[in-house]
Amino acid sequence: MAQGTDRRRTRLVSRSCCYGLALALLGCLLASCGGSSSSSNTITLYNGQHEQTTDALVARFEKLTGITVKVRSDDEEVFASQINAEGSNSPADVLFTENSPPLEYLQEKGRLAPVARSTLARTPARYNSPTGHWVGVSSRVSVLVYNTALIPNSQLPTSIMQLADPKWKGKLALAPGETDFQPIVTSVARSYGDAAALRWLQGLKANAGSSHTYPDNETLVDQVNRGQVAIGIINQYYWYRERAQVGQSGVHSAIAHLAARDPGYVIDVSGAAVLKSSDHQAAGQKLLAFLVSAQGQQIIADTDSFEYPIASGVSTAEPETPLDKLQPNPINIAALGDGATAVALLQKAQLL
Amino acid sequence: MSTTAAGELGSAPQLLPPAGRPPAAGRRRPSPPVLLAGAVLVGLLLLLPLAFLILEAVQYGFSALRPLLFRSLTATLLWNTVSLTVVVTALCAVIGTVAAWFVERTELPGRRFWAVLVVVPVGIPDFVTSFGWKSIFPSLGGFGGATLVMTLAVYPLVYLPVAASLRNADPAQEEVARSLGLGRLRAFLRVTLPQIRVALLGGCLLVGLVMLAEYGAFEILGFRTFTTEIYTEFLSGFNAPAACALSLVLVVLSLFLLTGEGLARGRGRPSRTGALAARIPRPYRLGRSRLPVLAGFLALVGLALGVPVGAIVYWILHGGSSTLPSASIVSAAAHTVFYGIGAGLLATLAALPVAILSVRYPGRVSLILERSNYLVLAMPGLVIALALTYFTERYAAGFLYQSSTMLIVAYAIMFFPLALVAVRTSVAQAPASLEEVGRSLGRSRLEVLWRLTVPLAAPGLAAAFSLVFLEAVTELTATLVLIPTGAHTLATQFWSFQTNISYGQAAPYAGLMILIAAVPSYVLGRWFDRLPSRAIVSG
Repeated sequence: MAQGTDRRRTRLVSRSCCYGLALALLGCLLASCGGSSSSSNTITLYNGQHEQTTDALVARFEKLTGITVKVRSDDEEVFASQINAEGSNSPADVLFTENSPPLEYLQEKGRLAPVARSTLARTPARYNSPTGHWVGVSSRVSVLVYNTALIPNSQLPTSIMQLADPKWKGKLALAPGETDFQPIVTSVARSYGDAAALRWLQGLKANAGSSHTYPDNETLVDQVNRGQVAIGIINQYYWYRERAQVGQSGVHSAIAHLAARDPGYVIDVSGAAVLKSSDHQAAGQKLLAFLVSAQGQQIIADTDSFEYPIASGVSTAEPETPLDKLQPNPINIAALGDGATAVALLQKAQLL
Repeated sequence: MSTTAAGELGSAPQLLPPAGRPPAAGRRRPSPPVLLAGAVLVGLLLLLPLAFLILEAVQYGFSALRPLLFRSLTATLLWNTVSLTVVVTALCAVIGTVAAWFVERTELPGRRFWAVLVVVPVGIPDFVTSFGWKSIFPSLGGFGGATLVMTLAVYPLVYLPVAASLRNADPAQEEVARSLGLGRLRAFLRVTLPQIRVALLGGCLLVGLVMLAEYGAFEILGFRTFTTEIYTEFLSGFNAPAACALSLVLVVLSLFLLTGEGLARGRGRPSRTGALAARIPRPYRLGRSRLPVLAGFLALVGLALGVPVGAIVYWILHGGSSTLPSASIVSAAAHTVFYGIGAGLLATLAALPVAILSVRYPGRVSLILERSNYLVLAMPGLVIALALTYFTERYAAGFLYQSSTMLIVAYAIMFFPLALVAVRTSVAQAPASLEEVGRSLGRSRLEVLWRLTVPLAAPGLAAAFSLVFLEAVTELTATLVLIPTGAHTLATQFWSFQTNISYGQAAPYAGLMILIAAVPSYVLGRWFDRLPSRAIVSG
């Protein structure tokens, strides 16, 4: 008696399997057909920058030029590896990063096209690619972040070197894997030599221990703000974003600058480049020009990325210390390079 | 159990070889070329990432790799990875088996309800589970934290195959053992455990491999393993070749796991006593142990499901300033489901020839074809994505690169071993004799495969689909590289908010991910109650 239903059920199963498969295959085909269209008026942007800011920039650019920008967001370092693996077929037209090392790395690999002179002229030369292959778009500065209940203002270190002192044991927070940390390491190594830089890193490692070593600066700032740990080194905008996130009443931390020209006092540059393999060189160059135009820079000043605009003379209300009042270590982009020195030191210190 | 076709077949055992064993043992039959070709194709596709790793590592060179590999940090990371893998696998084996036994073999109140809830945690991304725990207990971390979170996140990988196996295993043997005076525990250890051994080992293998490749959860918990180190290499030094070289160490570790599992699995195969005469087992009464057992299930589900879900609800309610882009969450959900379904179907389909070949036509070739496929599970997703990038861009002019098809293929490759374990287990338990009968009635091999083997293995196929679907829904690092430009999944959106500490904005994505994951888990749990295979053999 049950046999008939069994057979029906069996048939039902295989039939529905069949339909399911056919549907799925059809779906795949349809979807991949739809995805591969690329007209001359559409460019692809690999975005390693703050997503909201990029979205705002792209929206304005599309309105102004009628060029459509498809945005992919990921970690800038993944993009560097990815573009390298993609080779001359890369779908990317423009790369926009938070830091200069990925751009310098791709420039060394010969993957970037030269930037139009008029675009480069918008940004002070010290913030541009030394070879003219990418343009500086915005910048950030490294600062101390500290929990105001745990450390009085008067006891703050004035040099990054002091943080290796055993007196900060258990109080120091570190995010050694962050790209933002590498320029500081490079800067220390250039000021005091590799051996001293390594000793300094080992001191930091001992002070932070495994419990206060964090995967990223967002976590680091959050932990300092919550009072889980007393002090750390970050780029200023992380603190401003945390403040925007938790609201004024939730802020239990503050930022402080190091002494003028201290090796830990470093300006990081965010930049953009057109890929040499791009089939849309003109449209890509237009996007770069827009990023450093007064309109583009004003968007950077207004959104909650809290970075410093650096081109076309645009300035910002926040961060409170204006860019031209900063007194960083005068280390240049070329010296920061692709970060290889810093990475080697971090590996030796077993922080990477 | 009276006059069904199966009953009649079962009463003529002299005509039929014992179920689940290749007929005419001793004489090896040649594998059908279609199956072999399918399995070889799948095997080759799965070896692509390994080929990429070796290419990159060779390019990097051993002399450059040596200082990276031979330092005290490597020893620490190896120790962290290995000890955590061993402890979590052992815990999962115990929890998964015990839970499966109670659900399948006892009169547990609310059986169906638990059968679903116990599985759902596998659909919660490991990084969401750790996010949940971390946001409630900010100081959680280290070995203890990682053990706790990972055990709760992955034990269903043991539960699922063991539960499926318990369902299909012949209860008569256990009943005979009981009638001969063995206690419940001893009957379980001496009769039931050997019956489910293959499934249990398969589940443990999956847990071990998943542990080797885990990244997001350890990143959040601040626990450093070999895999987090590989990502660090990727993410801070543009050092893809070095990262690939380090990944080879993971491959070696997974080879150890595979060999270990292979040795433990041995030659034994599950079989039924009276060919096809399996029945629905009579469930044990729980009696006085009912309350403690219920409490145990409540604790397990509370910890594995309650904590992450609770954290998500908390953050949705208290997340601070969050303007939720509702359009993007709907499209992210649609993409997530679409990719997940595609990956589940593709992986399950691809697992069929490999599983059938390894079960029905055992031999050195099919063994190698089957075992080599597991390696891929221990490789970081980013490596697999970059391997596909490399090969499509270099040798296929970017064909389908960053299309949904490519992403689905990537998922299917990454989670193929999950599908294989599930399909293999159920093919092994489907009686081969029925196929012989089908063949003797003049049906072609393919027809027998489609009309008999596939429906008989249906629960395993459903489990395979669900497992792959669940993992694909939560995948992150390969997704970011291969997803069509402009598309997002729930996982990528969650991660981008979570890394910005925008917990309030991240939480709805995690919540929706769990809801989506609950659907196949629920279907899976319910469908087990109406297995065609059991209906056929029990009538």
